Parts: sequence; C-alpha cells; structure tokens
Amino acid sequence: MQSGSNSTRTVLALLAILIVGAVSFSYIASIRSAQFAIVQTLNSLALGGLLFLLAAGFSLIFGLMRLANLTHGALFMLGAYIGANIMRSFEGVSLWAAMIGAGLLVAVMGGLLERFVLRRLSNNSLGQVLVTLGMSFIIADACLIIWGGDPIPVPTPPDLRSPIRAFGYAFPSYRLAVVVLAVVAAIALYLLLERTRLGAMIRAGVDDMQMARAVGIPVSKLFTAVFMLGAGVAGAAGVLGGPIMSAYPGLDADMLPLALIVVILGGVGSLFGAFVGSFIIGFIYTFGTALLPDLAYVILFLPMIVVIAFRPQGLFGRIAA
Amino acid sequence: MATEALSVTDLHAYYGDSHVLYGVSFALEESRVLALLGRNGAGKTTCISSIMGLLPPRGGEIRLFGEKISGLPPEAISRLGVGLVPQGRRIFPTLSVRENLVVAAQRQNGAGKAPGKTWTLDRIYDLFPRMKERQNQLAGSLSGGEQQMLAIGRALMGNPKVLLLDEPSEGLAPLIVQEVGRTIQRLKDEGQSIILVEQNSRMALEVADQVVILNTGETAFVGSADEVRADEDLVTRNLGIFHGH
Ligand SMILES: Nc1ncnc2c1ncn2[C@@H]1O[C@H](COP(=O)(O)OP(=O)(O)OP(=O)(O)O)[C@@H](O)[C@H]1O
Ligand SMILES: [Mg+2]
Repeated sequence: MQSGSNSTRTVLALLAILIVGAVSFSYIASIRSAQFAIVQTLNSLALGGLLFLLAAGFSLIFGLMRLANLTHGALFMLGAYIGANIMRSFEGVSLWAAMIGAGLLVAVMGGLLERFVLRRLSNNSLGQVLVTLGMSFIIADACLIIWGGDPIPVPTPPDLRSPIRAFGYAFPSYRLAVVVLAVVAAIALYLLLERTRLGAMIRAGVDDMQMARAVGIPVSKLFTAVFMLGAGVAGAAGVLGGPIMSAYPGLDADMLPLALIVVILGGVGSLFGAFVGSFIIGFIYTFGTALLPDLAYVILFLPMIVVIAFRPQGLFGRIAA
Repeated sequence: MATEALSVTDLHAYYGDSHVLYGVSFALEESRVLALLGRNGAGKTTCISSIMGLLPPRGGEIRLFGEKISGLPPEAISRLGVGLVPQGRRIFPTLSVRENLVVAAQRQNGAGKAPGKTWTLDRIYDLFPRMKERQNQLAGSLSGGEQQMLAIGRALMGNPKVLLLDEPSEGLAPLIVQEVGRTIQRLKDEGQSIILVEQNSRMALEVADQVVILNTGETAFVGSADEVRADEDLVTRNLGIFHGH
C-alpha cells in the first residue's frame, strides 16, 4: 500500500496546513473579541459544510467516471435560484421543502446532461470537460435571463433567525444547522458508499471499470445514478447556502474554484478527503478574508500547492490529480 | 450430438490497427472442459476478452447456447451467463472479500441454463472456507492463491452457464495450483461448462475433454483431449516454434 516516505509527506503537508490555520486563528483571536472569533469559526464551518456538499459530488463523479464536471458550480447556483423561486412563488413553503424540490429538479437536469450529452462523448475526456464548461456558461446565462442580475435573497427559516445564547456568547443558529446538515449528509453518503451493495458496485467500478462490467455490474446505469446524486446534492446545497450567500450571478464562479481546491487537497474520489478538505478550506478562506483580505487567495492556494508538491494524489486520495 | 454451450466462428480481433486473431473457430460442448492452449502472445486472452465483450470482435460470431452474444456489451454478456476469471485475477482490491462476491451476484436468463444448484455466498464459503475466514478483509490484502479463489468465487456468484478461466495457475505455488485444479474438477463434476486457458498444458490436459491450440492468432489444432494424451508431441508440434522450458 503506502510507502513510509508517503506517510511522512502526509504528516508534513498536514502540519503545514495546521500551521497556516493555527497562525491565522490565534492572530485573529488575539486582536479581536472572542465573540468575533466564534462567529468567524461558525462561518468557516458553515462554508466548509456547503463546500463538502459541492465537493463530495464532484469527487464521486470524478472517481467513477474520470470526468471533471465543471458544471458543478453552475448546478449549485441553479439550485439556489430554483429554491429562492419556489419559496417566493409558494407562500409558506419551508426552506427544507424548497431544498428537496430544487435538489430533485437539479438531479433530473444532471441526469439528462449525462445521458444525452456526456454519454455521447464517453471516449473523449477533453471533449467532456469542455462540454461541462460550456454547459456551465449556458446555465449561468439562462439564470441571468430568467432571474435577472440582482441578487435574490433566500429567507432564513424563522426558527433559526435568532442566535443561540450560551456561555455569555451568541452562536448564529442557521450556521450551526448548516454544519449539522452537512455532517448528516456526510454520514449518509458514507453509509451509502460503504455499507450498501449499490455503494460496493460503485467502488468496484472505481477500482476496475472493465472488470466491473464483466461481472455484470450495470456501470452505465451507475454513471447516471452517481451523476444525478452529485448534481442533486449540489443543487440542494445551493438552497441551503441561500440564506448565507443568496442567489446571485457569479455564485457559480465563486464556488467552483473552492470546490476544486477542496478536491485537490483532500484527494480525488475520496469522500473523507472531501470532508476534511472542505473544512480546512472553509477556515482558511473565512479567516484569510477577514485577516488579510488582499492575500485571501494566496492563503487559499498555499496549502493546495504544498499538497500537490508533496502528495499529488491529495491527502486521502488514491488517484493522482 | 452434444449441445454447444459456446461457439466461436471465424473470430477476428484487433487492438487498434493490429490484427491479432485471424478467423478462430471452435465450440465448447455443454458440461465439458475445453483447454485453450498456446504460447505467450498466441492470442488466448484476446480470445477470452472477445467472448466476454471486453474487446468487441470485428469479424465472426460468438453464440451462447445458440444465442448470439458477439456485439453485446460485457455487462449484458455476463447477465446472459458468461463468467470470467481473468488473467491476473483482477479482484476489486479496495472491496472486502464479501463485497467482491456480493457485487457479482446475479441470476441468469436467456437460452440454456446454469448447471447444478444456484451459487450463493454460503455455497462459495463452503467451496472456499478460507474466504469465509477472510470475508471482512480487504481483497487487496489476500495472498495470490486466495485472490485466485476469490476471483473464481466471484465468477461463480454470477451463476454462469459458461465459465472462462484465463491462466488460473499463473504465478501460484504448486500446492495452490493443485487446489485450483481440484476446484475445476469439482465444478466440472457439477456439470459446469468451462473454457480453461493455460500455458502449462499438463494441468489443463488432466481435466480437459476438448483441446484447442492457438498459434499466432490462428487455430492450429482442434480435437479431443484423448487424442492429445495419446500423442505426447502433438501439443509441442502445434504450439509453433519449439521451445523448452
Ligand atoms: N492491449 C493490447 N494492445 C495491443 N496489443 C495487445 C494488447 N494485448 C495483447 N496484445 C497483443 O496481442 C497478441 C495476443 O496477446 P494475448 O494477450 O491474447 O496473448 P496470450 O495468448 O493471452 O498470452 P499470455 O500467455 O502471455 O497471456 C500479442 O502479440 C500481444 O502483444
Ligand atoms: Mg493471456
């Protein structure tokens, strides 16, 4: 399996990341109030949770289909718009119902995209990547035409509007709910992948696609299912992020690079890697923007470069990116 | 006349532009073992890949109990009843032993029927008790011999009407080779139709009823195992250029 030098490098890379995180954290904590640190921490965790929902699908699709799906950011944005639209058109529909509705719609769109467009390019991976990029522009323009250029706010569920007070501090409750949901989704995805026959079939396809087909695993149906799952989760995540980020043109382009960094950092095809990577990036991005706004992107890309240099397959991945 | 379980007629296969099989023809009878022999690079694995649909044939026809399977994708051919134990075993290394077996479970449909009782996880564990002991271990951590048994078990979980075994003794210690040989004999006794690919012809000839020898992509000999056993030089003559091991 892994050689000794590889795990040494993992430790090194992890250390580098921890140092960057710890330094920015302690710096913030020392110069600002504890309340500020609490809010920023929860912001980081919430962003991490949303990134996980986005990156998990991206990573799964890449692991099984060897396809970098660049529409993933656009599907997130589409979900946010559809969710906002549902909640505005139907009085009294909760955010959770809108999230499920938008998730299903985006999943169906993903399924159509996979079946009717990407499937036709199955032996042409460059073509596939270009098509997903083109589709993301088409979706972005369609959103602009349908919903206009102004941001559409997504209301926070009434129960989660006021912060939870404990230990003399206020904890923003919607952000807590986002983190809890992301963790629940992570556990559900883990159980689906690791504890069901369907999940084992997906992993068999990742291990050896040709052999999986030779033992009768319907790989073509699995592709569509995994693509729909990834798209649906991204769409639902867009709605979940709505109360924090709202739906606006450019949301796709803001989210996709973060998800890509998460996947490269955590390792392509690794659910656990996506989970850890998401929270690392959530923290670095949030604290980076607060602490050194001019260097936010440098701080963001630094751990990624360290990881690529020392461990091209990512912290927990098996495939070189 | 015996039923033809699998027939290959005038098979032509290519890797890109390179022509590898030139009109290979033979037929496996039901409940028999056909030994497919040939030297390094003769085209045995190519032949097996073509039957399985992993390398779609560019010419000729393959039929399973009379039903045409050439041109179908591998998952459809598997579902119709062809089981593969590939060269190099190719078990799913990151799946547990149990998962390797479970993902391959299926009932067969289409023409012809699978022999004997339906294979289940429990029956595979009876056949290979070692697999039961190791059922929760990652398949990639098994020894070569254990991986070979897992690969055979995995193919059986699909309840194949025809089992393709590509060099199952390759790279295994003599004792394990004997165990694989006994397993093949046992499957044969249950009525399983088998194509057994081997370079080492002795083990294959012990269980085989029919023999096909490939020589650089062409059928050099098709006949009965008795014929071959009666004439010791026949194999060497048909393998092409003589080479001693
Ligand atoms: N993927 C491939 N691409 C191109 N040529 C190939 C490929 N696989 C095999 N060949 C060529 O096709 C010919 C037949 O190979 P094949 O693997 O079928 O032989 P084999 O009889 O199974 O040999 P062995 O006993 O070594 O397994 C050889 O000349 C080989 O070099
Ligand atoms: Mg071979």
